[in-house]
Amino acid sequence: MAFPQTRPQAPQLPQHLLRTIECQQGAVRAVRFNADGNYLMSCGSDKSLKLWSVSTGTLLKSYSGHGYEVLDADGSFDNSLICTCSSDKTVILWDVATGQVTRKLRGHAGKVNCVQFNEEANVIFSGSIDGTVRCWDVRSRRYEPIQVLDEATDGVSSLKLMQHELLTGSVDGRLRRYDLRVGQLHVDFINSPITCVCFSQDAQCTLSSSLDSTLRLLDKSTGEMLGEFTGHKMKGYKLDCCLTSKDTHVLSCSEDGHVYCWDLVEGSLTLKLSVGPAVVQSLSFHPTETCLLTAMEGRVQVWGAEPKETEEDVMDT
Amino acid sequence: MASDSDGDEDFVSFGTPLEPLEEDEPTKKPVPLHEQTVKDEKGRYQRFHGAFTGGFSAGYFNSVGSKEGWSPSTFVSSRQQKVEKQHVRPEDFMDEEDFSEHGIAPAQITTSQEFSSSHRDKAREKARAVNAQAALIPGDTLLEELIAPARLSIGVELLRKMGWKEGQGVGPRVKRKARRQQTGEARPYGCVLPPAGSEDSEDDDDDDFAPENVTFAPKDVTPVDFTPRLGVQGLGYRGLDPGRALLGRGAPEHINLFKPHSETRSRLFGGAQQSSRRGGVAGQAFGVGALEDDDEDVYQRDSMSRYDTELGGEEPGDGLYGWTAPQQYTKKRDKNKDASYLGKILEGFTLAQKTVEDKTIFAPPTLPRDYRPVHRFHPSVPIARLSGVSPALAEALRTSRGHMVKEEPQEGGRHKMDSSHRGALLGEDALQGPSSVMELLRPEDRQRLLNLRSSSTTPSANATASSSHRAVSSGGSLPGSLPGSLPGSLPGSQSSAATCSPALQQQQEALASWRGVQSSAQTFRPFDNNPSKQARYELYLNSLRQGDKDALEQSVDSGMTEWERSREKEEFVRSSILYRPTSSSLSSRFTRAKDKESEDNTVEVSRDQESDVDDKQAAVKMKMFGKLTRESFEWHPDKLLCKRFNVPDPYPGSSMLGLPKVKRDKFSVFNFLTVTESRETAPPKSPETKKKSRWDDSKQKKKMKEEEEDEPQTQPALPEDTTEPEDQQSSDKKKKDGEEEEEEEESRPPMDLFKAIFAGSSDEESSSSEAEEEEEEEDTKEEEGKISTQPQNLFNISNVKTSIPASSTSVTCATTSTSQTVKAVVLSQSSSQEEFGPKLPPRSAALIRGGATSIRSPREEEKPRRTSKEKKHKNKKPHKDKKKKKHKKHKHKAKQKKSKKEESDSSEEDKDEEGDGQVSTEELLKRLKSVQSRQTR
Repeated sequence: MAFPQTRPQAPQLPQHLLRTIECQQGAVRAVRFNADGNYLMSCGSDKSLKLWSVSTGTLLKSYSGHGYEVLDADGSFDNSLICTCSSDKTVILWDVATGQVTRKLRGHAGKVNCVQFNEEANVIFSGSIDGTVRCWDVRSRRYEPIQVLDEATDGVSSLKLMQHELLTGSVDGRLRRYDLRVGQLHVDFINSPITCVCFSQDAQCTLSSSLDSTLRLLDKSTGEMLGEFTGHKMKGYKLDCCLTSKDTHVLSCSEDGHVYCWDLVEGSLTLKLSVGPAVVQSLSFHPTETCLLTAMEGRVQVWGAEPKETEEDVMDT
Repeated sequence: MASDSDGDEDFVSFGTPLEPLEEDEPTKKPVPLHEQTVKDEKGRYQRFHGAFTGGFSAGYFNSVGSKEGWSPSTFVSSRQQKVEKQHVRPEDFMDEEDFSEHGIAPAQITTSQEFSSSHRDKAREKARAVNAQAALIPGDTLLEELIAPARLSIGVELLRKMGWKEGQGVGPRVKRKARRQQTGEARPYGCVLPPAGSEDSEDDDDDDFAPENVTFAPKDVTPVDFTPRLGVQGLGYRGLDPGRALLGRGAPEHINLFKPHSETRSRLFGGAQQSSRRGGVAGQAFGVGALEDDDEDVYQRDSMSRYDTELGGEEPGDGLYGWTAPQQYTKKRDKNKDASYLGKILEGFTLAQKTVEDKTIFAPPTLPRDYRPVHRFHPSVPIARLSGVSPALAEALRTSRGHMVKEEPQEGGRHKMDSSHRGALLGEDALQGPSSVMELLRPEDRQRLLNLRSSSTTPSANATASSSHRAVSSGGSLPGSLPGSLPGSLPGSQSSAATCSPALQQQQEALASWRGVQSSAQTFRPFDNNPSKQARYELYLNSLRQGDKDALEQSVDSGMTEWERSREKEEFVRSSILYRPTSSSLSSRFTRAKDKESEDNTVEVSRDQESDVDDKQAAVKMKMFGKLTRESFEWHPDKLLCKRFNVPDPYPGSSMLGLPKVKRDKFSVFNFLTVTESRETAPPKSPETKKKSRWDDSKQKKKMKEEEEDEPQTQPALPEDTTEPEDQQSSDKKKKDGEEEEEEEESRPPMDLFKAIFAGSSDEESSSSEAEEEEEEEDTKEEEGKISTQPQNLFNISNVKTSIPASSTSVTCATTSTSQTVKAVVLSQSSSQEEFGPKLPPRSAALIRGGATSIRSPREEEKPRRTSKEKKHKNKKPHKDKKKKKHKKHKHKAKQKKSKKEESDSSEEDKDEEGDGQVSTEELLKRLKSVQSRQTR
């Protein structure tokens, strides 16, 4: 008590490759941590979803049941359920342990780009290229969505939930934030198709990446721009962006095979992580630690702040 | 309850007071939760029941003296110490709780049931007397009778004031048999034989004494005796009646021990005694004596038929039920009893046996807004003939606007005046520009259009020609004109006559087409969702069939305003022309759809429209995010969603979902006005157009530009291409004029034409305003001019209207391209793949490397097999949404690609081109087909 607090260390960045996982499921469309960050889910273009252990890199389970490539996945807070969405226009709710399809939710008119549970994992939100976000009830046996949010005038490319707020990014270049508690819809106009949206961890800012190769950090309540991050290349592909677990940095995929990392406050490029020759398609940041997942083609790479032991390194490279 | 004897403190304190605080005392630790238990004064865990009232925790701590259980009392008695006689009362084994207020033996002074006020009434006394008789000592209740409680409920007090006596029945006077009064006592418990013969005998008796107009007070009530049972016998048990047994007044059959008090009670009520026949002891316990005559009931057998197997199935007699009486019992009270309760019936009248069924009275119809409660005379009644009218009456008529038309023709209603009249009144100059859409057309096109229409009309060609000329010259205000309803009312100017003429002509046309047609069942019902209007329309059609020239006048409702009337007339005429009866052979093949989309006449439009996109774009360019780019709407989440999120419903009362919406009439003019307004700013709301990207317009414009640049030779070629067959067509039509109707069916302008003329102009304006650059605007205007000059294109406007953002530019695309070029394009691109929005990266590095980076990796050589496969796979994917298009960015990229590496493999180029031209070519093909099919006919 008497001692002063140690000065906070400079935030570390995941710049060391810890592990490479060859997923062998075609291109990895999305890679996601689970709620506590111990496992990762890789969505393959061969219609399968695979669950891996992050620490060992072993395959734990493979979930097959989709009719076309899996585009996004999310795990429930208690790790008992996984929801995925696919180009086959369906959303599937999986039982993690058995690998069985708990429910297959049909209703979207086009491929479903993004999916996420709410906090209590009793509602699934899915955004589709048909321009709607559908809210599926997990609790009841109803197969119709609770509500269809069809405000978007073009495909919904990304959505994120935080507490009682739903953030969607649409190809019509608009960022929509549905506030359930207040009952309002806030629309922010960003003159470019949005590929990915994120809440900051403190839920005060929104991060959106758009096809004009720009990431914008907007103040949630007013819509004012707090920061703009450029330098990467995002012109045609739907690539992910995210914030670090402590909101210190902003990360984004790029089409030139790098992951770009900016300082959130200064907006300066702090790290340009070379992942590989192809497009970095998806990335996911560990919910608490400094750990990053990237997906390129058929590989998932795990990046950490500290270099791994040499033997592992050798094995990976 | 009773206060203490301390005189000065006469208040009552409840609960335990808090301990007085002592300052020096250290603060007590809070009691942990597991120790916060309710205990009684002895420190035992508090139970809520005593041992005798169902407490389950009887044991050592409760009622038993020792840990081991009941300790037997040892009997010790000596000479010195004689043992005292132990008097053990039940209270010794009871807990304190049992003596409390709610225990079984309350030690406090409470009013027992016996002394409650209800005891006072006489009927109860009777019941008690019955019991007393049955008791061992007759007249047991003497003591109770001495003590009378003073409390009475207010209801009883009131009733008493009104002359009521205890035990008297309450309620309306009843028309029923007087004798029934006496049978009220029989209330069988369990299985009892029905009172044999009692009902029948009564029925017999009733016949002689049944005065119809005599009502009786409701039956006296004998309350159910609630005295506690003291014996150990079963329910309803009654010991042998000593008096009966000994005095020879036994039961008729055998003594039913479980038949409660019936005889005794009836005796008390002074009922008819059923005289006993014999004396001596009789009963089940004693069997049948030797002296008994009938012993048939010795071996009494029970059969199921004696039991009541259904609830309320049997007539419940007059058992004294409360509100829990069987339904049948309560149902018997019908309305006339209530009526008789109201008062005496007049002499000579009896209450109806059957009540009249209630007539449902509907609310009077709401009067129309313009309803005038004065009769309106037909305007044709000439005022001149009413010579004897007093000036006052004339004035009154004038104010009622009945028939003063002659004197003040302008007063006939402001709706009769058209804009020129009003302008003249206001002293304005006549407008210079064209007053009608028709005048915007080139004369030959106008002629063609009219020919098109008249080709299917009356055989008298000269009449149509002249009328059409007139229509053109007058600038015929087609939609708003009065179809000659009041020819003389308007000032006899030639303009009014001219406005009438096209309508008149239409009427003639309708008349000609409908005359003599018999089939009424097969006709189309255009006003199905407005039955009265449809009825009027059918009336009109009927009179048309009979060749009646005044069909319109007769059919139109006179209760409407003149404007409404004229509008309806207009509609009738037009729809009668449009839905003209087809030839019988054709019409027999088609049946009308059962349910039209009657609800579809309204469109839901978002209440809050998004503001101007251009402003926002400008703001984004200036990086001024915030107020300029932010918009907030009211949004209603689903209730269930709020529940799932554990969030209170922000709009608890509303049943809305999503954004608030406003319903608008689909075909209303106002709708078009407002929607087009919003179309400029907001994303379109109609379902087909909704999912369109906003890049569509600009892209198409660009594309159009490109086309112009790339293939200039197509442009000049097209007017010839399109106009020539058009000419042929029109000339063909002239030839075919007299031919059979089927052909006419197809050559007739569709409804869309009208829509296009009357509603499409605003569309075009809006679309043209969308153009960003002025050059383009000019271009499009030119194009529009071309469109309007070509009647063939008029058909296409309707198509365009369905895909609104495509607007005029796409029309030009559709019409400018020749069939050959389109075909070629389509052939090359029909098997392309569509992607919308941001794409997913390719599965392997091979494809992107071309686009994103120019570096080639060795891996590319490994992959081509795979990519081709993938491509095939994708090609198979059905084209889901044809209206969606790839957006601008893609095209940019495509351009870059092209410029960067021109010698890249052809497949890639193919792909790029596909992305550009795919969708519009699809539409092009469709339109082209339709055009071709028209031309071939």
